[in-house]
Amino acid sequence: MAMVTRVKQKQIAQLIAKGKRLDGRGLTDYREIKVEQGIIERAEGSARVLLGRTEVIVGTKIEIGQPFPDTPNEGVLTVNAELVPLASSTFEPGPPDENSIELARIVDRGIRESKAIDVEKLCIEPGKKVFVAFVDVYVLNHDGNLIDASALAALAALLNTKMPNYEIEEDEVKIKPGYTQLPMTRHPITVTFAKINDNLIVDPWLEEEQVMNARLSMAIDDDSNICAIQKGGSGYFAPKQVLETAKIANEKAEEIRKRLDW
Amino acid sequence: MSQKHEKLIDKKGLRLDGRKSDELRPIKIEVGVLSNADGSAYIETGKNKILAAIYGPKELHPKHLALPDRMVLRCRYHMAPFSVQERKSPAPSRREVELSKVIRESLEPSIFLEYYPRTGIDVFVEVLQADGSTRCASITAASLALADAGIPMRDLVVACSAGKIDGTVVLDLTDTEDKMGEADVPLALMPNLNAITLLQMDGILTFEEFEKAVDLAIEGCRKIYAMQKEALKVKYVSVKEVEE
Repeated sequence: MAMVTRVKQKQIAQLIAKGKRLDGRGLTDYREIKVEQGIIERAEGSARVLLGRTEVIVGTKIEIGQPFPDTPNEGVLTVNAELVPLASSTFEPGPPDENSIELARIVDRGIRESKAIDVEKLCIEPGKKVFVAFVDVYVLNHDGNLIDASALAALAALLNTKMPNYEIEEDEVKIKPGYTQLPMTRHPITVTFAKINDNLIVDPWLEEEQVMNARLSMAIDDDSNICAIQKGGSGYFAPKQVLETAKIANEKAEEIRKRLDW
Repeated sequence: MSQKHEKLIDKKGLRLDGRKSDELRPIKIEVGVLSNADGSAYIETGKNKILAAIYGPKELHPKHLALPDRMVLRCRYHMAPFSVQERKSPAPSRREVELSKVIRESLEPSIFLEYYPRTGIDVFVEVLQADGSTRCASITAASLALADAGIPMRDLVVACSAGKIDGTVVLDLTDTEDKMGEADVPLALMPNLNAITLLQMDGILTFEEFEKAVDLAIEGCRKIYAMQKEALKVKYVSVKEVEE
């Protein structure tokens, strides 16, 4: 983990206590968000998200596979995240560490629990064949808040995803030319907070993350329901701070959804 | 999903195991159950059976992981292959890796890590039998094991889940309730500091339901906290009485 000098730590914390941030943002302001879809032609769906200087791309692949025994009529969602070494001096090559596994599972939970994908429409033959949607998160530049950037990129890529047309001939699935849009019903937006001393900020960038005591991420669906939460970091939150974050997360999610017209 | 239509709450408002919505499962806690460990605890919540053990503070291996200003806390949450209906591979799953991380982060705020620079401490959690909300029971046991090891702590950490089943916000979900229900909210608390050290959620809750779930889980934590303290007294205070 790269270090932030004590002087800078103090500066960041003192500014936040006064309601300001080093990069000029307000406490609940996001950095500039840019979303670009369809950037990888080989993938069934893809998107690039820039959150300030944080850059994440997501590619989706659709394959035919088996459903889980307890959900024979539903397609399968698989999310994986790679903290690629070219994204930061703190990332190393090798098998996924706990940070990339946690990131993948937070992104997965937001999409799964909000029922963003109409998984029943991914069923080809109940109990036998379904479409499997692989969502691969690729972090290209780490400047903080990978969670929100990855969740947004995953959603953007899924909205951009096409499934192959098919027909069943003598128990065999035959792929036909042409594509149909992946059936998406919901648009979960994940909003992450950092707690620095006793103040809450939205969308921490790298130096703020290195100073924060704890973080809290909330995924909010189109109807303002909370559909996934994850606390991280070695600090804690007061109960009333948790409720405050839930309220702010809802406003922020609505703002982002409106801006992206989802 | 053949059981999907099964009711999780009956007409009398009772759950499948006969509990009311705000009722905990029967809990049994014992401290100091493993002789080799520096601290240990065993917990049963309903059908959950979980062991936690502490080794340390000790020299950290590999050495490059040591920190100059504080102790490094490591945590391994692991499920026994026979702990669930279908055999679980003993290799750590992605779920176990994530839970190890969140359990560690739920315990870290309670420990004076800066008292033991350059050292490490290992928390090992073995789930012998699982029936929902195992991460919560694991945290409750692990915190007791830390206290049993004599680690200086700000407060005990106690955890409990709340959730929503059949449209009702309830306390302490079983495995069936977790899988069939609408939402699950595991929460860990340092009761004296009123500080939430673990909070996760999956499912769908409105803001009001979420608020209610958090309140209910905190209430549950406070009840378990009393049992935690009692379990420590049983080990330490009873010995003292014998000596007198």
